[in-house]
Amino acid sequence: MNHRNPQLNKNGELQHLLTIEGLPRGIVTGILDRAKPFTEVAEGAAKKLPLLRGKSVFNLFFENSTRTRTTFEIAAKRLSADVINLNITTSSSSKGETLLDTVDNLAAMQADMFIVRHASSGAPHLIAQHLAATGRNHISVVNAGDGRHSHPTQGLLDMYTIRHYKKDFSQLTVAIIGDIMHSRVARSQIHALSILGVPEIRVIAPKTLLPGGVERLGVRVFHDIHEGLRGVDVVMTLRLQNERMQGALLPSPQEFFKSYGLTADKLVLAKPDAIVLHPGPMNRGVEIDSAVADGSQAVILPQVTFGIAVRMAVMSMLAGK
Amino acid sequence: MKLQIKNGRLIDPANNIDKQTDLFIADGRVVAVGQAPAGFEAAGTLDATNCIVCPGLVDLSARLREPGYEYKATLESEMAAAAAGGVTSLACPPDTDPPLDEPGLVEMLKHRARLPEFAHVYPVGALTLNLAGERITEMAELAEAGCIAFGQANTSIRDTQVLLRAMQYAATFDFAVWLSAQDPYLARGGVAHDGEVAARLGLAGIPVAAETIALATILHLARETGVRLHIRHISSAAGLEMIEAARAAGINATCDVAVHHLHLCEHDIGYFDPHARFDPPLRAQRDRDALRQGLASGAISAVCSDHTPVDDDAKQLPFDEAEPGATGLELLLPLTLKWATEMKLPLAKALARITSDPARILGIPAGQLSVGSPADVCIFDPKATQKLTRESLKSQGKNTPFLGIELQGRVRYTLIDGYLAYDGSWA
Repeated sequence: MNHRNPQLNKNGELQHLLTIEGLPRGIVTGILDRAKPFTEVAEGAAKKLPLLRGKSVFNLFFENSTRTRTTFEIAAKRLSADVINLNITTSSSSKGETLLDTVDNLAAMQADMFIVRHASSGAPHLIAQHLAATGRNHISVVNAGDGRHSHPTQGLLDMYTIRHYKKDFSQLTVAIIGDIMHSRVARSQIHALSILGVPEIRVIAPKTLLPGGVERLGVRVFHDIHEGLRGVDVVMTLRLQNERMQGALLPSPQEFFKSYGLTADKLVLAKPDAIVLHPGPMNRGVEIDSAVADGSQAVILPQVTFGIAVRMAVMSMLAGK
Repeated sequence: MKLQIKNGRLIDPANNIDKQTDLFIADGRVVAVGQAPAGFEAAGTLDATNCIVCPGLVDLSARLREPGYEYKATLESEMAAAAAGGVTSLACPPDTDPPLDEPGLVEMLKHRARLPEFAHVYPVGALTLNLAGERITEMAELAEAGCIAFGQANTSIRDTQVLLRAMQYAATFDFAVWLSAQDPYLARGGVAHDGEVAARLGLAGIPVAAETIALATILHLARETGVRLHIRHISSAAGLEMIEAARAAGINATCDVAVHHLHLCEHDIGYFDPHARFDPPLRAQRDRDALRQGLASGAISAVCSDHTPVDDDAKQLPFDEAEPGATGLELLLPLTLKWATEMKLPLAKALARITSDPARILGIPAGQLSVGSPADVCIFDPKATQKLTRESLKSQGKNTPFLGIELQGRVRYTLIDGYLAYDGSWA
């Protein structure tokens, strides 16, 4: 039974980024600090840094996501890495190759880093453990979203965004609204907020969209959005996947919007200077109203910009640069 | 061949014997305990110094993977594992490919298992054709071919009318029905206990209610039909309470627990360790504690290995894609001893749960060393330890969450009908 935290090396440094859970606070703030100058690279004329020159970054997407893959690609290219994109849903897996066979093959192509998205929770852990077991510790794995488990770079970019606008985590009340049960983003946010010392993390959702034992994650559970939003500093909305919108979890997107959609008249319950985040892509009129999404409290587009800087920070840290 | 087993501590729970004494065997049967019968001349002796001599283990659930899954395991490999684990009788669930739903398959399996070094095999026949839960099988024919009970392995019968009819039909002939209690709808898509760990790791959960709701249905119908009922692999404290209450109300029901569930709980999933994927899932710590207690009190009648050889290709996958189950025949004895030590139970009581108690559920003349009974004997050194490795396992299934752990209690000899099926005295 292997219970050692598999993402840290013997010196306690980040070797892979698989989940935010269990990361020392110093590593989390270290990534956020490191990302800061990279936001300036993006704004400046010279968009490229040589930190990953000669390194091969493989985008291994077993589940489609143009947006996340693109932000990783941009981040890697700004660090001068060679980027190889593989959409495996449409290649080897359908030919019957196993996940670890694919990994072995790509590792043999002199990969330095795998950016992995997979529909199964824990798939990046499996890859990292396999690389360790086969003596290829020089290859780093970055989880770009696995099942319902984790999406650490999203969680980190959300923290970067909050820090940019709010500074002190220890004074904040943060609410996460929507499909907590199926959301790797929510899990990453909860762990990151806890690590950074946020005293009150709230989740707001109907009982059908909360996992059993959710309170054990250290959150306060609200079923009434009005109560849940009262006095919060940060509102984090989540994308509601199409397949959850009707059936046994929810009757309809309209009813969800009525009960849990973030509208301007609900947002007034939060602090006047509260900010609104969304991981994108948004379903306007389902989890968020356009008036809020386009309003002055939304920081959704800055999230995207910061996301590239945070991914650059993670990759350069893993490359030891 | 006449055989004397000397210098051992003989523990025979069925006959309430626990003392330093010799055992005498002739023509595959126990002929005397203590004093040699008149005129007995041993052709061979086994020295059991520092060892326990007990009835061969009776395992209520061991998958041999034949027919159909020979790439996972074969009769030869798993029978070697049984002998090395001191298991001399085993019941195998019907989830082979094809399932054990017609007499020819059962006859073939019984025939293939007839070698003297092989444990006695007691197939559990399929209760419904193809385990599909729609049409009942030819139970009388299957019983004639060698089935000792009827069940659905890990699947359930969704249609309650079919379940009622299947129980009624089995009760007609007094056949036992062995069922797993898991509601297929509540368990749908689930891969782990619906609790703290699944919530944290983002794994789809199987709530305890999946077990209790299925149990409520099964127990009600058992009361209606009077069928002899055995519940396989109970996993929760709430489920166990229901079985105890049902028994108190006069329902004819026994149950077992899989040995892994005595030692592991949801937290052992760690970082998505697929070795900790089981069906039913490992539940919360308090469930595990209730199962440990229930086995001690007798509320749970027996512990089984739930031996499930899984090939590496089916295990080295993300947790939710990995096949559930672990190898267990060679772990049943040491893990039961570990439970007994931790619970501070007398050895005889622990051994009853893997010998006489499961034999009673099977209704077979095994699990005891009475004069005249088959000479199925396990001789083990309770102090000897061994580190569990892939190489140390005889089973073709090398996957278990206990790899790398030092296990106490090593089998020295296994006798099946007086035949020396395993000799580990060199180790």
